[in-house]
Amino acid sequence: MAEHNGLDGKLMTIGEAVERFVRDGCQIAVGGFTITRNPMAAVYEIARRRIKDLHLVAHSNGQALDVLVGAGCVSRLDIAYGGNGRFAPTCIRFRKAVERGELLVEDYTNNMMSLRFLAGALGVPFIPSKSGLGTDLIAQEGFPAELRGSDGVPSKKVIVIDDPFGNEDDEVVLLPALTPDVSIIHAQQVSTDGTVRIKGLTFADLEQCKAASAVVVTCEEIVPESYLRLDPDQNALPPFLVDAVVTVPYGAHPTACRYFYDYDPAHLNHYKAVAKDDETWAAYLDEWVYGVESWDAYLDKVGGAQLARIRSNTVAGYALGLDRR
Amino acid sequence: MEYSPREMMAIAAGRFIKDGDILFAGTGVAMLAATVAKRIHAPRAHIFFETGGIGPTLEELPMAVADPRVMAFSNLNAGLVEAFSYVANRRLHTIAFLGAAQVDKYGNMNSTVIGDYHAPKVRFSGSGGACDAGSLASGYIVFMQHGVQKFVEKLDYLTTPGWLTGGDSRKRAGYRRGGPIAVVTNLCVLKFDDTTHEMYLAERYEGVTPEQVQANTGFALDVSRSSVAEPPNAEELRILRDDVDPQRLILD
Repeated sequence: MAEHNGLDGKLMTIGEAVERFVRDGCQIAVGGFTITRNPMAAVYEIARRRIKDLHLVAHSNGQALDVLVGAGCVSRLDIAYGGNGRFAPTCIRFRKAVERGELLVEDYTNNMMSLRFLAGALGVPFIPSKSGLGTDLIAQEGFPAELRGSDGVPSKKVIVIDDPFGNEDDEVVLLPALTPDVSIIHAQQVSTDGTVRIKGLTFADLEQCKAASAVVVTCEEIVPESYLRLDPDQNALPPFLVDAVVTVPYGAHPTACRYFYDYDPAHLNHYKAVAKDDETWAAYLDEWVYGVESWDAYLDKVGGAQLARIRSNTVAGYALGLDRR
Repeated sequence: MEYSPREMMAIAAGRFIKDGDILFAGTGVAMLAATVAKRIHAPRAHIFFETGGIGPTLEELPMAVADPRVMAFSNLNAGLVEAFSYVANRRLHTIAFLGAAQVDKYGNMNSTVIGDYHAPKVRFSGSGGACDAGSLASGYIVFMQHGVQKFVEKLDYLTTPGWLTGGDSRKRAGYRRGGPIAVVTNLCVLKFDDTTHEMYLAERYEGVTPEQVQANTGFALDVSRSSVAEPPNAEELRILRDDVDPQRLILD
Protein backbone atom coordinates (compact mmCIF):
# COMPACT_ATOMS: atom_id res chain seq x y z
CA MET A 1 0.00 0.00 0.00
CA ALA A 2 2.60 2.53 1.07
CA GLU A 3 4.62 2.15 -2.12
CA HIS A 4 1.72 2.48 -4.59
CA ASN A 5 3.63 0.15 -6.92
CA GLY A 6 0.89 -0.09 -9.49
CA LEU A 7 0.80 3.66 -10.02
CA ASP A 8 4.02 3.43 -12.09
CA GLY A 9 5.18 6.98 -11.58
CA LYS A 10 1.66 8.41 -12.03
CA LEU A 11 1.53 9.60 -8.43
CA MET A 12 2.59 13.26 -8.31
CA THR A 13 1.97 16.61 -6.70
CA ILE A 14 -0.62 18.99 -8.09
CA GLY A 15 2.24 21.24 -9.25
CA GLU A 16 3.85 18.40 -11.19
CA ALA A 17 0.55 17.35 -12.76
CA VAL A 18 -0.34 20.84 -13.96
CA GLU A 19 3.24 21.50 -15.15
CA ARG A 20 3.16 18.33 -17.21
CA PHE A 21 -0.37 18.34 -18.65
CA VAL A 22 -1.70 21.92 -18.78
CA ARG A 23 -0.05 24.35 -21.18
CA ASP A 24 -0.89 27.80 -22.52
CA GLY A 25 -3.48 27.47 -25.27
CA CYS A 26 -4.47 23.88 -24.63
CA GLN A 27 -8.02 22.53 -24.66
CA ILE A 28 -9.11 21.45 -21.21
CA ALA A 29 -12.17 19.78 -19.67
CA VAL A 30 -12.79 19.83 -15.92
CA GLY A 31 -15.03 17.48 -13.99
CA GLY A 32 -17.95 18.10 -11.65
CA PHE A 33 -21.07 20.21 -12.01
CA THR A 34 -21.87 23.63 -10.39
CA ILE A 35 -21.31 23.09 -6.65
CA THR A 36 -20.13 19.47 -6.64
CA ARG A 37 -16.78 17.76 -7.26
CA ASN A 38 -15.03 20.56 -9.19
CA PRO A 39 -11.25 19.86 -9.16
CA MET A 40 -10.56 23.13 -7.32
CA ALA A 41 -7.04 22.36 -6.07
CA ALA A 42 -6.03 21.85 -9.72
CA VAL A 43 -7.92 24.98 -10.78
CA TYR A 44 -6.09 27.09 -8.16
CA GLU A 45 -2.75 25.64 -9.32
CA ILE A 46 -3.54 26.53 -12.95
CA ALA A 47 -4.41 30.08 -11.85
CA ARG A 48 -1.27 30.34 -9.68
CA ARG A 49 0.88 29.38 -12.65
CA ARG A 50 -0.83 32.11 -14.70
CA ILE A 51 -1.60 29.72 -17.53
CA LYS A 52 -3.18 31.62 -20.42
CA ASP A 53 -5.46 31.19 -23.43
CA LEU A 54 -7.06 27.95 -22.33
CA HIS A 55 -9.93 26.64 -24.44
CA LEU A 56 -12.26 25.38 -21.71
CA VAL A 57 -14.89 22.87 -22.85
CA ALA A 58 -17.61 22.57 -20.24
CA HIS A 59 -21.22 21.65 -19.65
CA SER A 60 -22.01 23.27 -16.29
CA ASN A 61 -18.79 23.48 -14.28
CA GLY A 62 -19.80 26.39 -12.08
CA GLN A 63 -17.10 27.19 -9.54
CA ALA A 64 -14.11 25.86 -11.53
CA LEU A 65 -15.26 27.74 -14.61
CA ASP A 66 -15.73 31.02 -12.74
CA VAL A 67 -12.32 30.94 -11.03
CA LEU A 68 -10.49 29.98 -14.25
CA VAL A 69 -12.30 32.74 -16.18
CA GLY A 70 -11.91 35.26 -13.35
CA ALA A 71 -8.19 34.59 -13.09
CA GLY A 72 -7.81 35.32 -16.82
CA CYS A 73 -6.77 31.79 -17.78
CA VAL A 74 -9.47 31.21 -20.44
CA SER A 75 -9.85 32.85 -23.85
CA ARG A 76 -12.27 30.41 -25.51
CA LEU A 77 -15.18 28.63 -23.94
CA ASP A 78 -17.62 25.98 -25.14
CA ILE A 79 -20.36 25.98 -22.55
CA ALA A 80 -23.91 24.90 -21.70
CA TYR A 81 -24.40 26.73 -18.40
CA GLY A 82 -22.37 29.32 -16.50
CA GLY A 83 -24.18 29.31 -13.18
CA ASN A 84 -23.73 28.04 -9.64
CA GLY A 85 -27.22 27.12 -8.46
CA ARG A 86 -28.66 29.43 -5.80
CA PHE A 87 -25.20 30.85 -5.04
CA ALA A 88 -24.92 32.50 -8.48
CA PRO A 89 -27.77 32.14 -11.00
CA THR A 90 -25.15 33.38 -13.49
CA CYS A 91 -21.47 32.89 -12.58
CA ILE A 92 -20.25 36.35 -11.68
CA ARG A 93 -16.76 36.58 -13.23
CA PHE A 94 -17.99 34.65 -16.29
CA ARG A 95 -20.76 37.22 -16.78
CA LYS A 96 -18.35 40.15 -16.48
CA ALA A 97 -15.83 38.61 -18.87
CA VAL A 98 -18.48 38.02 -21.55
CA GLU A 99 -20.05 41.47 -21.15
CA ARG A 100 -16.57 43.04 -21.46
CA GLY A 101 -15.77 41.03 -24.58
CA GLU A 102 -12.81 39.30 -22.92
CA LEU A 103 -13.99 35.81 -23.76
CA LEU A 104 -15.17 34.03 -26.90
CA VAL A 105 -18.16 31.84 -26.10
CA GLU A 106 -19.81 29.04 -28.04
CA ASP A 107 -23.16 28.10 -26.49
CA TYR A 108 -24.39 24.52 -26.47
CA THR A 109 -26.69 22.61 -24.08
CA ASN A 110 -25.95 20.04 -21.38
CA ASN A 111 -27.22 17.23 -23.59
CA MET A 112 -25.16 18.52 -26.54
CA MET A 113 -21.93 18.87 -24.53
CA SER A 114 -22.30 15.42 -22.96
CA LEU A 115 -22.91 13.91 -26.39
CA ARG A 116 -19.89 15.75 -27.84
CA PHE A 117 -17.67 14.18 -25.17
CA LEU A 118 -19.30 10.79 -25.79
CA ALA A 119 -18.56 11.13 -29.52
CA GLY A 120 -14.92 11.94 -28.72
CA ALA A 121 -14.74 8.88 -26.47
CA LEU A 122 -16.20 6.61 -29.16
CA GLY A 123 -13.94 7.93 -31.89
CA VAL A 124 -16.77 9.16 -34.11
CA PRO A 125 -16.43 12.64 -35.68
CA PHE A 126 -19.98 13.76 -34.86
CA ILE A 127 -23.14 12.63 -33.13
CA PRO A 128 -26.81 13.44 -33.83
CA SER A 129 -29.28 14.99 -31.41
CA LYS A 130 -32.87 16.26 -31.40
CA SER A 131 -32.09 19.23 -29.13
CA GLY A 132 -32.29 22.85 -30.25
CA LEU A 133 -34.10 22.69 -33.63
CA GLY A 134 -35.47 26.14 -34.48
CA THR A 135 -33.50 27.91 -31.71
CA ASP A 136 -30.62 30.42 -31.72
CA LEU A 137 -28.34 27.70 -30.37
CA ILE A 138 -28.45 26.37 -33.93
CA ALA A 139 -28.75 29.71 -35.78
CA GLN A 140 -25.99 31.70 -34.01
CA GLU A 141 -22.27 30.86 -34.02
CA GLY A 142 -20.21 32.37 -31.21
CA PHE A 143 -16.68 31.75 -32.53
CA PRO A 144 -15.56 33.87 -35.52
CA ALA A 145 -14.96 32.23 -38.91
CA GLU A 146 -11.16 32.74 -38.76
CA LEU A 147 -10.90 30.47 -35.70
CA ARG A 148 -12.72 27.61 -37.35
CA GLY A 149 -11.26 24.42 -38.68
CA SER A 150 -8.07 24.32 -36.59
CA ASP A 151 -6.87 24.17 -32.98
CA GLY A 152 -9.68 21.90 -31.87
CA VAL A 153 -12.36 24.32 -33.14
CA PRO A 154 -14.74 22.50 -35.52
CA SER A 155 -15.40 23.95 -38.99
CA LYS A 156 -19.02 24.54 -38.01
CA LYS A 157 -20.80 24.78 -34.68
CA VAL A 158 -23.51 22.31 -35.73
CA ILE A 159 -25.01 20.99 -38.97
CA VAL A 160 -28.74 20.29 -39.36
CA ILE A 161 -29.73 17.52 -41.81
CA ASP A 162 -32.79 15.42 -42.61
CA ASP A 163 -32.72 11.99 -41.02
CA PRO A 164 -30.54 10.15 -43.59
CA PHE A 165 -32.51 6.95 -42.99
CA GLY A 166 -35.52 8.81 -44.40
CA ASN A 167 -38.00 7.23 -42.03
CA GLU A 168 -40.01 10.42 -41.84
CA ASP A 169 -39.65 14.11 -42.57
CA ASP A 170 -37.42 14.56 -39.58
CA GLU A 171 -34.46 16.88 -38.98
CA VAL A 172 -31.50 16.10 -36.70
CA VAL A 173 -28.69 18.27 -35.33
CA LEU A 174 -25.16 16.97 -35.92
CA LEU A 175 -22.74 17.91 -33.14
CA PRO A 176 -18.95 17.87 -33.60
CA ALA A 177 -16.99 15.50 -31.29
CA LEU A 178 -14.72 16.89 -28.57
CA THR A 179 -11.25 15.51 -27.88
CA PRO A 180 -9.68 17.77 -25.21
CA ASP A 181 -5.91 17.79 -24.64
CA VAL A 182 -6.50 17.06 -20.98
CA SER A 183 -9.37 16.23 -18.66
CA ILE A 184 -9.01 16.92 -14.93
CA ILE A 185 -11.48 15.42 -12.45
CA HIS A 186 -11.74 15.08 -8.67
CA ALA A 187 -12.72 11.64 -7.33
CA GLN A 188 -13.29 10.21 -3.88
CA GLN A 189 -10.89 7.29 -4.23
CA VAL A 190 -8.13 5.98 -6.45
CA SER A 191 -6.63 2.56 -5.79
CA THR A 192 -2.94 1.72 -5.64
CA ASP A 193 -3.21 0.39 -9.19
CA GLY A 194 -4.89 3.57 -10.51
CA THR A 195 -8.53 2.47 -10.66
CA VAL A 196 -10.90 5.39 -9.99
CA ARG A 197 -14.02 5.32 -7.81
CA ILE A 198 -16.52 8.19 -7.93
CA LYS A 199 -19.35 8.23 -5.41
CA GLY A 200 -22.62 9.88 -6.37
CA LEU A 201 -23.37 11.42 -9.73
CA THR A 202 -20.67 11.10 -12.38
CA PHE A 203 -22.08 13.98 -14.54
CA ALA A 204 -20.06 13.76 -17.80
CA ASP A 205 -16.74 13.05 -16.05
CA LEU A 206 -16.39 9.58 -17.55
CA GLU A 207 -17.10 10.70 -21.13
CA GLN A 208 -14.71 13.65 -20.65
CA CYS A 209 -11.91 11.38 -19.48
CA LYS A 210 -12.45 8.84 -22.24
CA ALA A 211 -12.41 11.61 -24.88
CA ALA A 212 -9.25 13.36 -23.63
CA SER A 213 -5.61 12.86 -24.67
CA ALA A 214 -4.53 12.89 -21.03
CA VAL A 215 -6.35 12.37 -17.72
CA VAL A 216 -5.44 13.90 -14.35
CA VAL A 217 -7.34 12.59 -11.32
CA THR A 218 -7.14 14.39 -7.99
CA CYS A 219 -8.61 12.39 -5.12
CA GLU A 220 -9.53 12.43 -1.46
CA GLU A 221 -7.59 9.28 -0.72
CA ILE A 222 -5.63 6.40 -2.19
CA VAL A 223 -6.90 3.00 -1.10
CA PRO A 224 -5.56 -0.54 -1.54
CA GLU A 225 -6.21 -2.11 -4.93
CA SER A 226 -7.76 -5.13 -3.17
CA TYR A 227 -10.44 -2.86 -1.66
CA LEU A 228 -11.70 -1.47 -5.00
CA ARG A 229 -11.57 -5.01 -6.46
CA LEU A 230 -14.02 -6.20 -3.77
CA ASP A 231 -16.86 -4.28 -5.45
CA PRO A 232 -15.85 -3.44 -9.03
CA ASP A 233 -19.47 -2.49 -9.85
CA GLN A 234 -18.79 0.75 -7.99
CA ASN A 235 -15.72 1.75 -10.02
CA ALA A 236 -15.70 4.47 -12.64
CA LEU A 237 -12.45 4.41 -14.67
CA PRO A 238 -9.79 1.77 -15.32
CA PRO A 239 -6.09 2.37 -14.52
CA PHE A 240 -5.01 2.48 -18.16
CA LEU A 241 -6.90 5.74 -18.83
CA VAL A 242 -5.28 7.61 -15.95
CA ASP A 243 -2.04 9.57 -16.48
CA ALA A 244 -1.63 11.38 -13.18
CA VAL A 245 -2.97 10.79 -9.67
CA VAL A 246 -2.78 13.49 -7.00
CA THR A 247 -3.92 13.08 -3.39
CA VAL A 248 -5.60 16.30 -2.24
CA PRO A 249 -7.92 15.99 0.77
CA TYR A 250 -10.78 18.51 0.45
CA GLY A 251 -9.51 19.06 -3.09
CA ALA A 252 -12.97 20.08 -4.35
CA HIS A 253 -13.54 22.77 -1.68
CA PRO A 254 -15.67 24.96 -1.70
CA THR A 255 -17.68 22.51 -3.84
CA ALA A 256 -19.00 19.24 -2.41
CA CYS A 257 -17.59 15.72 -2.51
CA ARG A 258 -20.26 13.16 -1.58
CA TYR A 259 -19.52 11.10 1.53
CA PHE A 260 -16.55 13.34 2.37
CA TYR A 261 -17.88 16.92 2.67
CA ASP A 262 -20.67 19.22 1.60
CA TYR A 263 -20.27 22.46 -0.32
CA ASP A 264 -19.14 25.34 1.88
CA PRO A 265 -22.03 27.86 2.02
CA ALA A 266 -19.96 30.38 3.99
CA HIS A 267 -17.19 30.38 1.39
CA LEU A 268 -19.59 30.44 -1.57
CA ASN A 269 -21.54 33.37 -0.04
CA HIS A 270 -18.26 35.21 0.57
CA TYR A 271 -17.25 34.47 -3.03
CA LYS A 272 -20.58 35.82 -4.29
CA ALA A 273 -20.00 39.07 -2.39
CA VAL A 274 -16.37 39.67 -3.45
CA ALA A 275 -16.63 38.47 -7.06
CA LYS A 276 -18.99 41.36 -7.91
CA ASP A 277 -16.30 44.01 -7.65
CA ASP A 278 -12.95 44.02 -9.49
CA GLU A 279 -10.95 45.21 -6.47
CA THR A 280 -12.40 42.79 -3.96
CA TRP A 281 -12.09 40.03 -6.56
CA ALA A 282 -8.38 40.78 -7.04
CA ALA A 283 -7.97 40.70 -3.26
CA TYR A 284 -9.78 37.32 -3.14
CA LEU A 285 -7.39 35.86 -5.71
CA ASP A 286 -4.41 37.21 -3.75
CA GLU A 287 -5.76 35.84 -0.50
CA TRP A 288 -7.09 32.43 -1.58
CA VAL A 289 -5.10 31.55 -4.72
CA TYR A 290 -1.85 33.45 -5.43
CA GLY A 291 -0.87 34.02 -1.81
CA VAL A 292 -1.49 30.47 -0.59
CA GLU A 293 1.81 28.62 -0.49
CA SER A 294 0.51 25.07 -0.06
CA TRP A 295 -2.71 23.06 0.16
CA ASP A 296 -2.12 22.72 3.91
CA ALA A 297 -2.07 26.51 4.13
CA TYR A 298 -5.35 26.67 2.15
CA LEU A 299 -7.05 24.23 4.53
CA ASP A 300 -5.73 26.17 7.54
CA LYS A 301 -7.32 29.29 6.07
CA VAL A 302 -10.69 27.53 5.71
CA GLY A 303 -10.28 26.45 9.34
CA GLY A 304 -10.77 23.21 11.22
CA ALA A 305 -14.16 24.19 12.65
CA GLN A 306 -15.59 25.02 9.21
CA LEU A 307 -14.21 21.79 7.70
CA ALA A 308 -15.91 19.93 10.56
CA ARG A 309 -19.22 21.73 9.91
CA ILE A 310 -19.28 20.70 6.24
CA ARG A 311 -18.12 17.13 6.91
CA SER A 312 -20.58 14.66 5.38
CA ASN A 313 -22.88 12.53 7.44
CA THR A 314 -21.62 8.98 6.89
CA VAL A 315 -25.06 7.66 5.93
CA ALA A 316 -26.60 10.57 3.97
CA GLY A 317 -23.37 11.58 2.19
CA TYR A 318 -23.86 15.31 2.92
CA ALA A 319 -23.83 17.50 6.05
CA LEU A 320 -27.32 16.97 7.52
CA GLY A 321 -28.89 20.20 8.74
CA LEU A 322 -25.98 22.37 7.55
CA ASP A 323 -26.90 26.06 7.73
CA ARG A 324 -26.95 26.94 4.04
CA ARG A 325 -28.41 30.50 4.21
CA MET B 1 -54.64 32.86 5.50
CA GLU B 2 -51.64 34.97 4.42
CA TYR B 3 -49.29 33.61 1.78
CA SER B 4 -46.59 35.02 -0.49
CA PRO B 5 -46.61 35.09 -4.32
CA ARG B 6 -43.71 32.62 -4.35
CA GLU B 7 -45.65 30.17 -2.18
CA MET B 8 -48.64 30.51 -4.51
CA MET B 9 -46.38 29.89 -7.54
CA ALA B 10 -44.95 26.67 -6.12
CA ILE B 11 -48.41 25.35 -5.26
CA ALA B 12 -50.09 26.49 -8.51
CA ALA B 13 -47.42 24.71 -10.55
CA GLY B 14 -47.66 21.58 -8.44
CA ARG B 15 -51.36 21.28 -9.36
CA PHE B 16 -50.46 20.53 -12.99
CA ILE B 17 -48.71 17.32 -11.99
CA LYS B 18 -50.48 14.00 -12.27
CA ASP B 19 -49.64 11.01 -10.15
CA GLY B 20 -47.09 8.89 -11.98
CA ASP B 21 -45.60 11.78 -14.00
CA ILE B 22 -41.82 11.87 -14.33
CA LEU B 23 -40.60 15.31 -13.23
CA PHE B 24 -37.48 17.05 -14.48
CA ALA B 25 -36.55 19.81 -12.06
CA GLY B 26 -34.31 22.81 -12.66
CA THR B 27 -32.92 25.19 -10.02
CA GLY B 28 -34.81 27.57 -7.71
CA VAL B 29 -38.61 27.83 -7.61
CA ALA B 30 -38.69 24.96 -10.12
CA MET B 31 -37.07 22.72 -7.53
CA LEU B 32 -39.55 23.88 -4.90
CA ALA B 33 -42.53 23.18 -7.18
CA ALA B 34 -41.36 19.68 -8.07
CA THR B 35 -40.85 18.88 -4.39
CA VAL B 36 -44.25 20.36 -3.47
CA ALA B 37 -45.93 18.41 -6.26
CA LYS B 38 -44.52 15.15 -4.95
CA ARG B 39 -45.30 15.87 -1.28
CA ILE B 40 -48.82 17.25 -1.86
CA HIS B 41 -50.37 16.59 -5.26
CA ALA B 42 -48.73 13.55 -6.77
CA PRO B 43 -47.00 11.26 -4.27
CA ARG B 44 -46.36 8.64 -6.96
CA ALA B 45 -44.63 11.14 -9.27
CA HIS B 46 -40.90 10.60 -9.71
CA ILE B 47 -38.42 13.48 -9.59
CA PHE B 48 -35.15 13.38 -11.46
CA PHE B 49 -32.39 15.82 -12.34
CA GLU B 50 -30.43 16.36 -15.56
CA THR B 51 -27.24 15.70 -13.58
CA GLY B 52 -28.25 12.05 -13.18
CA GLY B 53 -29.96 11.97 -9.76
CA ILE B 54 -32.98 9.70 -10.22
CA GLY B 55 -35.72 9.58 -7.58
CA PRO B 56 -34.02 11.09 -4.50
CA THR B 57 -36.14 11.43 -1.33
CA LEU B 58 -35.23 15.16 -1.07
CA GLU B 59 -35.37 15.26 2.71
CA GLU B 60 -33.43 18.52 2.44
CA LEU B 61 -33.97 21.00 -0.40
CA PRO B 62 -31.15 21.04 -2.99
CA MET B 63 -29.52 24.40 -3.83
CA ALA B 64 -28.50 23.22 -7.32
CA VAL B 65 -29.19 20.23 -9.54
CA ALA B 66 -25.73 18.87 -8.62
CA ASP B 67 -26.30 19.26 -4.86
CA PRO B 68 -25.35 16.06 -2.95
CA ARG B 69 -28.96 16.16 -1.70
CA VAL B 70 -30.13 14.97 -5.15
CA MET B 71 -27.88 11.89 -4.69
CA ALA B 72 -29.03 10.86 -1.22
CA PHE B 73 -31.29 7.81 -0.85
CA SER B 74 -32.18 8.00 -4.56
CA ASN B 75 -33.34 5.15 -6.78
CA LEU B 76 -30.04 5.41 -8.55
CA ASN B 77 -27.26 7.84 -9.33
CA ALA B 78 -26.04 8.23 -12.91
CA GLY B 79 -24.76 10.96 -15.22
CA LEU B 80 -25.95 13.42 -17.86
CA VAL B 81 -26.20 11.06 -20.84
CA GLU B 82 -28.35 8.69 -18.81
CA ALA B 83 -30.53 11.52 -17.44
CA PHE B 84 -31.28 12.80 -20.96
CA SER B 85 -32.24 9.29 -21.99
CA TYR B 86 -35.09 9.66 -19.47
CA VAL B 87 -35.98 13.20 -20.62
CA ALA B 88 -36.29 11.97 -24.21
CA ASN B 89 -37.66 8.51 -23.49
CA ARG B 90 -40.73 7.79 -25.61
CA ARG B 91 -42.30 5.55 -22.93
CA LEU B 92 -42.23 8.19 -20.22
CA HIS B 93 -44.48 11.21 -19.66
CA THR B 94 -41.80 13.69 -18.57
CA ILE B 95 -42.69 17.18 -17.39
CA ALA B 96 -39.95 19.77 -16.88
CA PHE B 97 -39.99 22.78 -14.55
CA LEU B 98 -37.95 25.65 -16.01
CA GLY B 99 -37.16 29.32 -15.44
CA ALA B 100 -35.80 31.95 -17.84
CA ALA B 101 -35.00 35.65 -18.32
CA GLN B 102 -37.54 36.23 -21.11
CA VAL B 103 -40.57 34.43 -22.54
CA ASP B 104 -42.62 35.25 -25.64
CA LYS B 105 -46.29 34.62 -26.45
CA TYR B 106 -45.53 31.12 -27.78
CA GLY B 107 -43.65 30.12 -24.63
CA ASN B 108 -40.22 30.22 -26.28
CA MET B 109 -37.60 31.26 -23.72
CA ASN B 110 -34.34 33.13 -23.44
CA SER B 111 -31.79 32.29 -20.74
CA THR B 112 -28.69 33.37 -22.68
CA VAL B 113 -28.29 37.14 -23.32
CA ILE B 114 -29.95 40.56 -23.34
CA GLY B 115 -28.80 42.60 -26.32
CA ASP B 116 -26.69 41.43 -29.24
CA TYR B 117 -25.43 37.85 -28.86
CA HIS B 118 -21.90 38.84 -29.91
CA ALA B 119 -21.74 41.91 -27.65
CA PRO B 120 -24.35 41.30 -24.97
CA LYS B 121 -25.54 43.95 -22.57
CA VAL B 122 -26.33 41.23 -20.04
CA ARG B 123 -25.06 37.67 -20.10
CA PHE B 124 -27.06 34.94 -18.35
CA SER B 125 -26.14 31.36 -17.55
CA GLY B 126 -27.13 29.88 -20.93
CA SER B 127 -29.26 26.85 -21.68
CA GLY B 128 -27.94 24.26 -19.27
CA GLY B 129 -30.51 21.54 -19.82
CA ALA B 130 -33.42 23.95 -20.50
CA CYS B 131 -33.25 23.75 -24.31
CA ASP B 132 -32.96 19.96 -24.02
CA ALA B 133 -36.05 19.71 -21.80
CA GLY B 134 -37.93 22.07 -24.15
CA SER B 135 -36.87 19.92 -27.10
CA LEU B 136 -37.24 16.42 -25.71
CA ALA B 137 -39.65 16.25 -22.74
CA SER B 138 -43.43 15.64 -23.00
CA GLY B 139 -44.05 19.20 -21.82
CA TYR B 140 -42.77 21.94 -19.57
CA ILE B 141 -43.99 24.48 -17.03
CA VAL B 142 -42.30 27.89 -16.85
CA PHE B 143 -41.69 30.05 -13.77
CA MET B 144 -41.33 33.80 -14.27
CA GLN B 145 -41.65 37.03 -12.34
CA HIS B 146 -44.28 38.99 -14.27
CA GLY B 147 -43.03 42.16 -15.99
CA VAL B 148 -42.79 43.83 -19.40
CA GLN B 149 -39.02 43.23 -19.49
CA LYS B 150 -39.65 39.50 -19.18
CA PHE B 151 -42.83 38.95 -21.21
CA VAL B 152 -41.62 40.29 -24.55
CA GLU B 153 -42.84 40.46 -28.14
CA LYS B 154 -39.44 39.30 -29.42
CA LEU B 155 -36.77 37.41 -27.50
CA ASP B 156 -33.19 38.71 -27.62
CA TYR B 157 -32.08 35.06 -28.06
CA LEU B 158 -34.19 31.93 -28.42
CA THR B 159 -32.66 29.37 -26.03
CA THR B 160 -35.55 26.98 -25.33
CA PRO B 161 -38.04 26.00 -28.04
CA GLY B 162 -41.70 26.46 -27.09
CA TRP B 163 -44.48 26.57 -29.67
CA LEU B 164 -41.95 28.45 -31.96
CA THR B 165 -44.17 30.58 -34.25
CA GLY B 166 -47.44 28.95 -33.14
CA GLY B 167 -49.85 26.64 -34.96
CA ASP B 168 -48.07 23.45 -36.02
CA SER B 169 -44.63 25.10 -36.38
CA ARG B 170 -43.15 23.03 -33.57
CA LYS B 171 -44.04 19.79 -35.32
CA ARG B 172 -42.75 21.14 -38.65
CA ALA B 173 -39.40 22.01 -37.03
CA GLY B 174 -38.88 18.30 -36.33
CA TYR B 175 -40.09 17.90 -32.75
CA ARG B 176 -42.07 14.77 -31.98
CA ARG B 177 -43.73 15.96 -28.78
CA GLY B 178 -43.51 18.49 -25.98
CA GLY B 179 -43.96 22.23 -25.74
CA PRO B 180 -44.96 24.59 -22.92
CA ILE B 181 -48.05 23.68 -20.90
CA ALA B 182 -48.28 26.74 -18.65
CA VAL B 183 -46.42 29.79 -17.38
CA VAL B 184 -46.71 30.35 -13.63
CA THR B 185 -45.92 33.87 -12.39
CA ASN B 186 -46.20 35.90 -9.20
CA LEU B 187 -49.57 37.21 -10.53
CA CYS B 188 -51.23 34.42 -12.45
CA VAL B 189 -51.21 31.17 -14.42
CA LEU B 190 -51.07 31.46 -18.22
CA LYS B 191 -51.87 28.65 -20.67
CA PHE B 192 -51.65 28.18 -24.45
CA ASP B 193 -54.52 28.00 -26.95
CA ASP B 194 -54.96 24.48 -28.33
CA THR B 195 -54.89 25.63 -31.98
CA THR B 196 -52.89 28.86 -32.26
CA HIS B 197 -50.64 28.01 -29.28
CA GLU B 198 -50.75 31.65 -28.22
CA MET B 199 -50.52 32.42 -24.51
CA TYR B 200 -53.72 33.43 -22.65
CA LEU B 201 -54.58 34.31 -19.05
CA ALA B 202 -56.11 31.22 -17.41
CA GLU B 203 -56.13 31.94 -13.66
CA ARG B 204 -55.29 35.10 -11.75
CA TYR B 205 -54.41 34.99 -8.08
CA GLU B 206 -56.72 36.53 -5.45
CA GLY B 207 -56.71 40.33 -5.69
CA VAL B 208 -55.05 40.44 -9.14
CA THR B 209 -57.02 42.02 -12.03
CA PRO B 210 -56.80 41.07 -15.74
CA GLU B 211 -55.74 44.69 -16.42
CA GLN B 212 -52.82 44.31 -14.02
CA VAL B 213 -51.67 41.15 -15.81
CA GLN B 214 -51.90 42.85 -19.24
CA ALA B 215 -50.04 45.93 -17.94
CA ASN B 216 -47.15 43.67 -16.91
CA THR B 217 -47.09 41.79 -20.22
CA GLY B 218 -45.14 43.17 -23.21
CA PHE B 219 -47.54 41.74 -25.81
CA ALA B 220 -51.33 41.65 -26.28
CA LEU B 221 -52.77 38.92 -24.10
CA ASP B 222 -56.21 37.27 -24.29
CA VAL B 223 -57.57 37.84 -20.77
CA SER B 224 -61.20 36.95 -21.61
CA ARG B 225 -61.01 33.34 -20.40
CA SER B 226 -59.66 33.90 -16.88
CA SER B 227 -60.96 32.86 -13.50
CA VAL B 228 -59.62 33.36 -9.96
CA ALA B 229 -57.14 30.70 -8.81
CA GLU B 230 -57.94 28.67 -5.75
CA PRO B 231 -55.69 29.94 -2.95
CA PRO B 232 -53.38 27.50 -1.15
CA ASN B 233 -54.98 25.81 1.84
CA ALA B 234 -53.52 25.58 5.32
CA GLU B 235 -52.20 22.06 4.85
CA GLU B 236 -50.44 22.92 1.57
CA LEU B 237 -48.78 25.91 3.22
CA ARG B 238 -47.77 23.88 6.26
CA ILE B 239 -46.05 21.24 4.10
CA LEU B 240 -44.34 23.89 1.99
CA ARG B 241 -43.08 25.90 4.99
CA ASP B 242 -42.34 23.22 7.57
CA ASP B 243 -41.29 20.23 5.48
CA VAL B 244 -40.07 21.42 2.09
CA ASP B 245 -38.15 24.64 2.82
CA PRO B 246 -37.81 25.23 6.57
CA GLN B 247 -34.62 27.31 6.09
CA ARG B 248 -36.51 29.43 3.48
CA LEU B 249 -33.62 28.91 1.06
CA ILE B 250 -35.86 29.48 -1.96
CA LEU B 251 -39.09 30.84 -0.43
CA ASP B 252 -37.40 34.15 0.51
